Amino acid sequence: MKDLTDIPTAKVVMDKPDTRNRLDHMAQGVIHKGLPRPDGPLKVAGVATYAHEDQPEGMLTGVLVRAPVSSGKMTGLNAEEIRAMDGVRGVFHGKTFLRNPAQGTANEAPIQPDGEIFYIGQPMALVVADSFEQARHAAKTVKLQIERSDAVTDLSKAEAEEQEDQYSAQGDLDGAMKDAAFTVDQTYRTPGHTSNAMEPHAAIAQWDGKKLTVRASCQMLKYNVNELADSLDLEPSQVHLLTPFTGGGFGAKLGISHEAVAAGHAAMELGAPVAVVLSRQQVAEATMRRSETVQQIRLAADAEGRLTGIGHTATVSNLPDEPFAEPVTQATPFIYRGENREVGMKVKRINSMAAGSVRAPGEAVGLTALEIAMDELARASGVDPVELRKINVPEVDPSDGRDFSSNTLVEALDDGARAFGWADRETGRTDGDWLIGYGMASATRVNMIGESHARITLEDGKVLVETDMTDVGTGTYAILTQIAAEMLGVDPAHVTVDLGNSDHPKAAGSGGSWGASSSGSSVFVACENLRSRIAEEMGVEETDLTLQDGIARAANTQRELASFGTLAVEGVIDAGKTGEDVRQATFGSFFAEVGVNRVSGEVRVRRMHGSFAAGRILNEMTARSQCLGGMTFGIGMALTEELMFDPRDGHLVNNDMAEYHVPVNLDVPQLTVNFLEERDPWANPMQAKGIGELGICGAGASIVNAIYDACGVRVRDLPATMDKLLSGLPDL
Amino acid sequence: MKTTLTVNGTTHEVEADTRTSLLDALRNHLDLTGSKKGCDHGQCGACTVIVNGRRINSCLTLACMHDGDEITTIEGIGTAEQLSEMQANFVKHDGYQCGYCTPGQICSATAMLDEAKAGWPSNVSGDLTGTIDLTDDEIAERMSGNICRCAAYPNIVDAIRETAEGRK
Repeated sequence: MKDLTDIPTAKVVMDKPDTRNRLDHMAQGVIHKGLPRPDGPLKVAGVATYAHEDQPEGMLTGVLVRAPVSSGKMTGLNAEEIRAMDGVRGVFHGKTFLRNPAQGTANEAPIQPDGEIFYIGQPMALVVADSFEQARHAAKTVKLQIERSDAVTDLSKAEAEEQEDQYSAQGDLDGAMKDAAFTVDQTYRTPGHTSNAMEPHAAIAQWDGKKLTVRASCQMLKYNVNELADSLDLEPSQVHLLTPFTGGGFGAKLGISHEAVAAGHAAMELGAPVAVVLSRQQVAEATMRRSETVQQIRLAADAEGRLTGIGHTATVSNLPDEPFAEPVTQATPFIYRGENREVGMKVKRINSMAAGSVRAPGEAVGLTALEIAMDELARASGVDPVELRKINVPEVDPSDGRDFSSNTLVEALDDGARAFGWADRETGRTDGDWLIGYGMASATRVNMIGESHARITLEDGKVLVETDMTDVGTGTYAILTQIAAEMLGVDPAHVTVDLGNSDHPKAAGSGGSWGASSSGSSVFVACENLRSRIAEEMGVEETDLTLQDGIARAANTQRELASFGTLAVEGVIDAGKTGEDVRQATFGSFFAEVGVNRVSGEVRVRRMHGSFAAGRILNEMTARSQCLGGMTFGIGMALTEELMFDPRDGHLVNNDMAEYHVPVNLDVPQLTVNFLEERDPWANPMQAKGIGELGICGAGASIVNAIYDACGVRVRDLPATMDKLLSGLPDL
Repeated sequence: MKTTLTVNGTTHEVEADTRTSLLDALRNHLDLTGSKKGCDHGQCGACTVIVNGRRINSCLTLACMHDGDEITTIEGIGTAEQLSEMQANFVKHDGYQCGYCTPGQICSATAMLDEAKAGWPSNVSGDLTGTIDLTDDEIAERMSGNICRCAAYPNIVDAIRETAEGRK
């Protein structure tokens, strides 16, 4: 048994690029390969333990009660009647209840409004009973006493606050628009979206009098521990989170949420384990939405299509005092050239569920609108859409003159065009009642890392990786296995990765496309340290050491890894100057073929391709899966996904999966994905960048642009539902 | 109320509330937590199990309606140590990401192959009475009751196609 107090630390801060490409010089040959997930057999056999799987003896079940009005103060409830119901063990409400989940990386309790109501669906109380059926019935019997107050529920009547810190301008955009050979000046609208991770938010809390242990569905444990402790007035050392598997997150589980706090509170009060699972409707109403956006985009171009100006201003919404504002214009400062620029943001305050991160906050909707505008410019100027983008790729970040760590947009556009057969597309084609069209778009997403720790123990030639990092479906188990196996020269079968335990060293968590780069780099740094110690013991330079199949070789000697005893280290990576000195981003391209039904206006995606560059690809199979997921979110964004709020009272009308339409299997053709060979030394010691969100950034625009190509209807108000196409379709 | 369920070949007497869904009986009374609750309204398919040979959404039916029924859950299809062909192909083709919808996908796919073999047409079948050729569209249509938000759909189709071809 190793002594955790005596483990050395190896730390790397990314203050300068790492051009050594160490992973290319290792001998095991498992990095980049499409290693099937080591956790796969558990998932397909139904024995992976998500938050509600490991049910302790004597577990009670709690069901949350929603606010039925959009503003007011709860003054009480019919507690006596509820407590007398079959099986009921407790009724809770009051100051521990959250207004909304914590925003990503908040690291403290979200607003706890002590009975004040901000939106319909806000969880106000918890009923705990012996069984789920009893708790659900009792929760439905709860009558909240409420003093109502005025609410803002109609966005069109809400005032927009300028976000001064997010405004920037250079040159003279108005002048550029006046002088341009071609311009686009249009307003684009995207509706609210919801993550709809398949596992509803769930928590099982147990209190032993000193420590609260919670099995929860989370993305970022190191922050979630602090958020939960702060919410319940506990010390962080009193909170233990377990999340070995997360059934999808997409941003919705970045911060601590209602179910974990309510379950913890009830478990402490009742002295029994309490499970709280949000219903699908509660997930939709009370977790996080992506804000709707209204975006004004102005493009000015010369006679050849070269951009001289870009303007992008957006209006989004959120609850009062909620700090998050969908960063719509995040990619606009750097994706295309143009010396005259303006970006700006406004936020409206509304009595509606909290707006927060949904897969790729910012670029997912902002780049999608910009890429529709670029298609309009291509049509106006007569320049081929691929060519138009290529001639507008800047040499340096045009907003501040910084170099790019790497910019592969041109290569991604060329690769995508080649793979899709863009040049050979036959415009104006029909297939029975289907009008066929083609569209494309660029992809980009900002790249970063966050502080991340991992402990590696090498013992008997076997490797144990421990970190509180999560695997939300991204493939963390697979890639950490591969990095450790590659660096230490062992078969992946001899690597055990233990995740999602808040007692382990603290990782960056899953979110913002930084999980693989951050947690992977901490494993890399730890392994480099172990390699140095092995080399030292063999009396050679670390760079002369070859580790492969459990054998260490150097200078004509070889030893089994098992002969080095137990070696352990905590590896640490942290962001440094490379995050500021250069512009870091990932790039790609999307190409789509759609059919628009000339009678009904129905749109079917017939083919879709993505080419992506994200530095070193750690596992080409799980990375591809991430891109399939992003592109499919793009199909949903383009065609079906839309949160609908009733402006009279602000309630979410389509709060389930029957009415909020995510793509199903037949909506998605056999998508194709290419990765470009790339190493980005500025990103981290693995030269890898994030891939979890790039696949959605701009994806929807390729479909919307293909719809225009097919039928001549330009949709600027997503999603492109049939009603928006019908009146513009060509005569039968 | 007492209900006799035969689950994965083992007979259980379940004492459950009349309001208990088949899904909650499996998860909360028999500790078979492989079947998942994604929506509890029959909208997502994560709870799919096979009852008397047919796939159903176990959240949409009460346990007490299944007295004497034969039920197969994901735990009865294969274990992590001994995967069924379908399960192994899901691993091989990365036919999942987070894995939460996966037990439902696999139960659904397993029963779907039998439906196709029996000649049941689907919405995309050109011929309502002929034999079913499991094209990608046929597989995708027949699997469209199982939502995967991670969107492993192309890989799910690959996994099912390979399993179907292996059975020819």
